[in-house]
Amino acid sequence: MKLRKILRRGLVFASCIIATGCTTIEPWVKPYERQNLADPIMAFSKAPVSDNYLHHVHQAREGARGAEGSAGGGCGCN
Amino acid sequence: MAVTSRFSQSCKLAIAALFGGVFVCNQAFSAVLPEDRADALYHAYDGGGVTIQGPSILVRKSVGNNVSFSANYYVDNVQSASIDVVTRASEYTERREEKGFGVDFLHNKTTIGLNYTESQENDFFARSGHLTVSQDFFGDLTTLSLGYSQGQDEVGRRGDEDFKENAERRHFRLGLSQIITKNSILNFSLETITDEGYLNNPYRAVRYLDPTVGAGYAYQDERYPETRTSDSAAIRGLYYLPYRASVKFELKTFADTWGIEADSQEIGYVHPIGDNWQVDFKLRSYKQGQADFYSDLFPRIDAQNFLARDKEMSAFSSQTIGVGGYYKYELKNWDSFDRFSINLSLDRVLYQYDNFRDLRVSAEPGTEPLYEYEATVYRFYFSLFY
Repeated sequence: MKLRKILRRGLVFASCIIATGCTTIEPWVKPYERQNLADPIMAFSKAPVSDNYLHHVHQAREGARGAEGSAGGGCGCN
Repeated sequence: MAVTSRFSQSCKLAIAALFGGVFVCNQAFSAVLPEDRADALYHAYDGGGVTIQGPSILVRKSVGNNVSFSANYYVDNVQSASIDVVTRASEYTERREEKGFGVDFLHNKTTIGLNYTESQENDFFARSGHLTVSQDFFGDLTTLSLGYSQGQDEVGRRGDEDFKENAERRHFRLGLSQIITKNSILNFSLETITDEGYLNNPYRAVRYLDPTVGAGYAYQDERYPETRTSDSAAIRGLYYLPYRASVKFELKTFADTWGIEADSQEIGYVHPIGDNWQVDFKLRSYKQGQADFYSDLFPRIDAQNFLARDKEMSAFSSQTIGVGGYYKYELKNWDSFDRFSINLSLDRVLYQYDNFRDLRVSAEPGTEPLYEYEATVYRFYFSLFY
């Protein structure tokens, strides 16, 4: 399946990254550099109760499901 | 249940993610418990002859610095004259209630979320339990989360007291959030879902060619496999623009053992206006292929082992355009409350089916026009933070 190909390539990519791990990698974004990331406009989900409902709308009408990230589905009505 | 597809039944499991520890995936910094808040949502869906509306209430409160409780109440009031209903039965109304309770624990950089959800309809009952564990590491630039859910469905059928079926569902989730630069975040999600049991919708039927009837076709009950396993993967990104706005993207792919493959793409833009206002826009595209055992018109009765004519299993595409507005107000003179916000979002969706025909139009079987419809999704909610 197409998805399995993607996962296989992802694993190969991750293995390459790990194989280069003889050198120490330090966190490259310091705490004092994260003010933009802390801005509310940088949230994947502003309101879980609202996002969750929208996922529910999608999942009730689409064959695809899962990997919703921060919020899940719900029932579905068609 | 009359309006609930087997897709949506499995989706009920995922609702606990709303309350679970996966909240930490949204945060750019070290693990903290979700913020104390109360949300009151009014939601409405209107399209394809179906109107669904109702409230949803979410309350979350922490106790001390390490424990947070949540409770959710959700209602769907359904009035359906969808194409499935008008071509096979009569318009109906129905109500679904869902209740969920959750607790999150925080220990150092680890968050553990537990949740229980029940969903009740007049002919359907589902319950599910959920566990999510999240860990921050690498200078809090990385968050890894693992999740497991298990649920049971009890399926009935109106007017048939003897009909009682069951299904079991299991979800396995893996998530990784990574701060890439001081202006960008990436999130990866994988989820495998397995279902076993009665996965049909007990009210749906397929049609097959039958020259002995006037319409040229007749109906028989759908018949689905009793197992299904699906894999889905998503990557999401957020980027902070130089003039204080953000862009978001999401790419998702899906495949299952029923032969359905799907992809979706979404982009969004958030633009603050002053300190208190915010507008956002989004575009979303979705496309899927049909299930192996789907057909709009089978050549004869019992043409194959498994039979389906759910439009949700047909090949189709949808396009969404969305717009939202947000107002926030700081409650500086209040001891008990920090702020409130008011949100309104509208989504307009166009569904176009590639192999599901509109049987409201009389024509030679198999030559009816392909079905399509537009829907509007409304979300209006008030949030109070304390």
